[in-house]
Amino acid sequence: MTNSVGEIEDAAAMLVIGSNTTEAHPVLAYRMRMAKKKGAALIVADPRRIELAEEADVFLQLRPGTNEALLNGLINVIIAEELMDREFIAARTEGYEEMAAAVARYTPEYVAEITGVAAGDIRKAARLYAGAERAGIYYTMGITQHTSGTNTVLTIANLAMLTGNLGKPSSGVNPLRGQNNVQGACDMGALPVVYTAYQRVDVEENRNKFSRAWGVELNPQPGLTVTEMMEGALEGKVRFLYIMGENPALTDANLHHVEEALEKVEFLVVQDIFLTETAAKAHVVLPAAAFAEKGGTFTNTERRVQLFKQAVTPPGKAKADWQILQELARRVGFNWQYNGPADIFAEITTLTPSYAGISYERLEQEGGLQWPCPSPDHPGTPYLHGDKFTRGKGMFSVVEYTPAAEMTDGDYPLILTTGRNLYHYHSGSMTHRSKGIEAYRPEELAQVNVDDAARMGICDGDLVKLSSRRGELETRVEVTDVVPPGVVFMTFHFPAAPVNILTNDKLDPVAKIPELKVCAVKMEKVAS
Amino acid sequence: MYEKQILICAGTGCISSGALDVHEALHNELKKHNLEEKVRVILSGCHGFCEKGPIFIVYPEDIFYCEVTVEDMPELVEEYLVKGNVVERLLYKDPITNQRVTSHEDIPFYNKQKRLVLRNCGVIDPENIDEYIIRGGYQGLRNALQLDAVKVVEMIKNSGLRGRGGAGFPTGVKWEFAHRSQGDKKYVVCNADEGDPGAFMDRSVLEGDPHAVLEGIMIAGKAIGSDEAYIYVRAEYPLAVRRLRTAIAQAEEYGFIGNNILNSGFNFKINIKEGAGAFVCGEETALLASIEGERGMPRPRPPFPAVKGLWGKPTCINNVETLANVPLIMRKGVDWFTAVGTERSKGTKIFALTGKVNNTGLCEVPMGMTIREIVFDIGGGIRGGKKYKAVQIGGPSGGCIPESQLDLPVDFDSLTAAGAMMGSGGLVVMDEETCMVDLARYFLTFTQNESCGKCTPCREGTKRMLETLERITQGKGEPEDIPRLESLAKSIKDSSLCGLGQTAPNPVLTTLRYFRDEYEAHIFDRRCPAGLCKDLLRYYIDAEVCNGCRACTKVCPAEAISGEKKEPHVIDDAKCVSCGACFDRCKFGAVKKK
Amino acid sequence: MVTLTINGRKIEVEAGTTILQAAEKLGVFIPTFCYDPRLSLVGACRMCVVEVEGARALVASCCTPVGEGMMVQTDTERVLTARRANLNLLLANHPLDCLTCEKAGNCRLQDYCYLYGIEKSEFGGEQKDYAPDDTNPFFVRDMNKCILCGLCVRTCHEINGAGAIEFIKRGFDSKVTPAFDDPMEHSPCVFCGMCTDVCPVGALTPRLGMGKGRSWELTKVKTICPYCGTGCGLELYVKDNTVVGVRGDADSPVNRGQTCVKGHFGLDFLNSPDRLTTPLIRKNGALVEATWDEALDLVASKLKEVKGTEIAGLASARVTSEDNYLFQKLLRMLGSNNVDHCARL
Repeated sequence: MTNSVGEIEDAAAMLVIGSNTTEAHPVLAYRMRMAKKKGAALIVADPRRIELAEEADVFLQLRPGTNEALLNGLINVIIAEELMDREFIAARTEGYEEMAAAVARYTPEYVAEITGVAAGDIRKAARLYAGAERAGIYYTMGITQHTSGTNTVLTIANLAMLTGNLGKPSSGVNPLRGQNNVQGACDMGALPVVYTAYQRVDVEENRNKFSRAWGVELNPQPGLTVTEMMEGALEGKVRFLYIMGENPALTDANLHHVEEALEKVEFLVVQDIFLTETAAKAHVVLPAAAFAEKGGTFTNTERRVQLFKQAVTPPGKAKADWQILQELARRVGFNWQYNGPADIFAEITTLTPSYAGISYERLEQEGGLQWPCPSPDHPGTPYLHGDKFTRGKGMFSVVEYTPAAEMTDGDYPLILTTGRNLYHYHSGSMTHRSKGIEAYRPEELAQVNVDDAARMGICDGDLVKLSSRRGELETRVEVTDVVPPGVVFMTFHFPAAPVNILTNDKLDPVAKIPELKVCAVKMEKVAS
Repeated sequence: MYEKQILICAGTGCISSGALDVHEALHNELKKHNLEEKVRVILSGCHGFCEKGPIFIVYPEDIFYCEVTVEDMPELVEEYLVKGNVVERLLYKDPITNQRVTSHEDIPFYNKQKRLVLRNCGVIDPENIDEYIIRGGYQGLRNALQLDAVKVVEMIKNSGLRGRGGAGFPTGVKWEFAHRSQGDKKYVVCNADEGDPGAFMDRSVLEGDPHAVLEGIMIAGKAIGSDEAYIYVRAEYPLAVRRLRTAIAQAEEYGFIGNNILNSGFNFKINIKEGAGAFVCGEETALLASIEGERGMPRPRPPFPAVKGLWGKPTCINNVETLANVPLIMRKGVDWFTAVGTERSKGTKIFALTGKVNNTGLCEVPMGMTIREIVFDIGGGIRGGKKYKAVQIGGPSGGCIPESQLDLPVDFDSLTAAGAMMGSGGLVVMDEETCMVDLARYFLTFTQNESCGKCTPCREGTKRMLETLERITQGKGEPEDIPRLESLAKSIKDSSLCGLGQTAPNPVLTTLRYFRDEYEAHIFDRRCPAGLCKDLLRYYIDAEVCNGCRACTKVCPAEAISGEKKEPHVIDDAKCVSCGACFDRCKFGAVKKK
Repeated sequence: MVTLTINGRKIEVEAGTTILQAAEKLGVFIPTFCYDPRLSLVGACRMCVVEVEGARALVASCCTPVGEGMMVQTDTERVLTARRANLNLLLANHPLDCLTCEKAGNCRLQDYCYLYGIEKSEFGGEQKDYAPDDTNPFFVRDMNKCILCGLCVRTCHEINGAGAIEFIKRGFDSKVTPAFDDPMEHSPCVFCGMCTDVCPVGALTPRLGMGKGRSWELTKVKTICPYCGTGCGLELYVKDNTVVGVRGDADSPVNRGQTCVKGHFGLDFLNSPDRLTTPLIRKNGALVEATWDEALDLVASKLKEVKGTEIAGLASARVTSEDNYLFQKLLRMLGSNNVDHCARL
């Protein structure tokens, strides 16, 4: 998030796109409702008539996979009606003319054809967003899990820059992160191309810094992404795979492919708190401590580094991840001497400019700090890009609409889109082991539109078979008008109905994110 | 050209006494005699003398006929309208002198009154705006629109007008607050949620003179800078709602409501909101919540509605009777208005006179008139020649005024000092057969039922007070009950959220103050002095009088009476259920209460 | 700024401050049931009444703004009498099962009765008699214990927005419940659990901790929710090395005490019998228990057999930053930049 959670309720307009906030980020949705109560306009764009849509001033129910077209349409209206922030564009950005020329053909009428959203609603949404003093855009995987995901994010940035909605409170471009420390993991360099704080491994100066600190020579070649690792395993180039606290056997696209890779790899180590679908394939399984059984920091979606303490001891012989890693490091010849997370964090701050001013002492006293926090006297940064952008001036991008990689056809006539529900989390390894939640929401209910269901003679609770070019599964359905005709929605929470057997592993070329939000499927009723 | 005009009262009271049937019968008779062109019949608003309804006044002679029936119509038309002979037997008969009275102005019920607010009630056709205008209607609005808003506020302040809905807050001060509040939008709300049991003055004004209320609302709108009003009226007042709707439509047609009223640039709109009849919705913040569609529960003040009211906007809330005073003040001036009433309570007050009094009905009296004058002159004294005991003024929030205070002047401050309150103007007269503990229990039952449940003292406290009073009337009282009641009542008054809770203990406190001996008799002697509380009632047979006719033994459902024929009988207290059947049955007066 | 006097002490506060807030600044204690600074002010419970010079009745300090020159007394006999009467009334309509009540020791009704010396109510009479609603798997509702402060109702409407519960009926029969007095499961409730956090008495009890320990036996440890990226602060309540209670952390700048169903009711996976408790090594196709030395030695020997670039690792968006840092450090020190995690999911 460029901005902070606490700022949401003071927004004058909110554009929520590709985010089912009430279910995936309930507490943030509370804030949006509070903003609404204080008079903010709410624009919701989603293929499904999600809960927030009911409260929206305008709801844009677009076809899955048409985000960039819709956003270009909003930009087109804002320019055509001269609702943009000329001062901001002149002072803070470049590339406006090229971008403006490119969106000229995205008239509301043209965009309506692509997205299925009425031209009048596109105009209304553009006016609400551009007319507000402070307007924030909030999105999640509905934007990024497309082959055009990176482009769509650039369009979102275009929209925010066009209206001057960056670098001030209650505005901004705000991806709502889905996992409690996904921000921290990225910040810590758990990525193939960068060390901590996004310092590239292929920049010599960075490499030298880390090399000095760690006392070894470092590889200058960027590494493999998760999808490439799976390919590597299949090709025999990756011989040793170490998975800590993840369950790709259920969460990654095109599962049959992942399964094959996990079985093929020469040596698989899985470190987790449960014997997950992935751990079951491992050669060695290492029992880890859960969050309450250790201390450390998590960095949340608003870049806030938060310290927490151990509450209970781990069960049996389970150990904290850092302890396991340290013991392993010593066995391969590295003399690590960390007495606890505090020592590790102290080292992190010396190598990570955005964390340089943060310390456990400060976190304890100040209750969390938002990076960048470059020095011990820096108060942290509630919103980014206050005076200038990282690269100086903000660059408008020219983005054209490109359809999803897989379209429906006679064999696979329905679009499958995926997401989360309120009660479960990810592959469900934790929530399925929570008694109350499991009792309340024990199984997948794929959402099927009432008209589609009627045509196929499917009733609420019926069992259906869904198949794509990559696999098939059986699931029970909920017949509803939350999804439009021609669209089926499933979550990826249930091992018994692993939706990623069906999904397309076609990647966004830049971010390497698979297109989990659109694939073509067919549905058949299973005789009971 | 009409020669005569007949006003038939079509207030809710007279309608339930059959006024509409009488109206129809009269029409038929007039037709028969070809008098339709000569006699004009008007269904008017309430005349106030509901006891004697249906009421019928003939002009220009001013003949007051009362308790007329459908069967009387042929005679009335034949004898009076055709032949010109007054029908004596349908005239009002003074209960004291037993004389028939011809003109309503000679009837004590009317001639002690000062009908300012009710000036048009029973006189005009409430569904005809012209009749209102002819009698000076909308002149007050005309005057107000020519003045600065500040000047209008000042006039109402100087008039000394105080809210007629309960607490008597100075209306001008309230308007000044709302006038001074900043806001892009302001509201006027007319509180027509008349909830006190037995009170119906607001209903009568709405039914009999709806334009007066509309005019008052618009003057308030001009004064505070509002362009929209809501009238919150009980759905149980269908006639009032209908007449209001008619009046609004007519006023719109005449340009008194709408845009650029009387070319002054002043715009105004009036909405009607029907309430579901919860007593607490008469409390202004609960009323606002109800208009907004929320549960009718009071909100803490401050912020006062004048600052943050309906939908958060500055709002001025006045009751019907208060607003009906306003056009008069604007038309006739402050001096005219302040000439009536007392030093700190100006003008008149309408009371709903009910209970054990001869003339029940609606009366308007100048502030400062004594209770004695109201009860004995206007009310014609106690029914059946019984002894006066007390009046309950101010409904369930008010208090009891005993005989010793009969000469108490009725004004806001004197009543409050006596432990009662003006309230909305309910005035219930009680005679010697009224048990004051039972009366307190009755009112507590009402407030307990109507407590909204929001705040602890009112929700839980009135329940415990009621339970205690029930125990006392059932003969299960304990000596500690009196101090416990007093202490609890004080805490409820002191700490409840809204006016309902803060005043709910008043009937108990005033009866304890003036009739403590009755409580003590119930608790210590297990005796109800008024002979009303069934559980404390014991019957016995006076052996001196009983002739042993055995009639009582046959009606006793509990076989509690024994005795040989022609010998005095005896009631077995252990078996007796105090039903009173023997008492009613005995022709000789041998069965007595103790 | 406004100057007022509370119990003889002068204080200057901003206009719009309530008497209660001003008193808090002076360290003057005023009891409350229905007050929560995060919610709208209703002035319903009347526990916080104080005496203000010139005011006809006592005023509720929680919702009365200060006025210039205001003279406030918070502990006069008149105030104490009203508070005692209030507690007497609440107690008369409340079960006296404190011996077994889960809320004992952490119950404001109990605390105030202790403070004001209310041993038992001086009133008898009718009491509420509802069947407890235990139809949902997350918490039990016993409306006999409810004191109708409305904190849960306001939390549900104003914070969550679900609006699943409201007051029904009136006066003494008032009750907090879903529409048509249905069980919670048939209401719009999304089981965020915030109602159970704000309940000052034992009317709403999470199942997790029932029978697992008295309130004074529990240790509170602050933590961060392990689920989505919002980073809500939570309070864990621990007894005998087991988490037996969870509440939103009101001090957290992120969630200010707010929670969703996962954070509030979804942490008992910690106690799951499925937890891994020992290292496992695959032998003859099956995973068998092993010691740490066996497992780590095996992993280390395998690591030494392969080239750096043949190693790949997935870190985790669910472990700490410290853990992630060491993970990528280890792989990079071994010569591999093949580090990733599921940031994209």
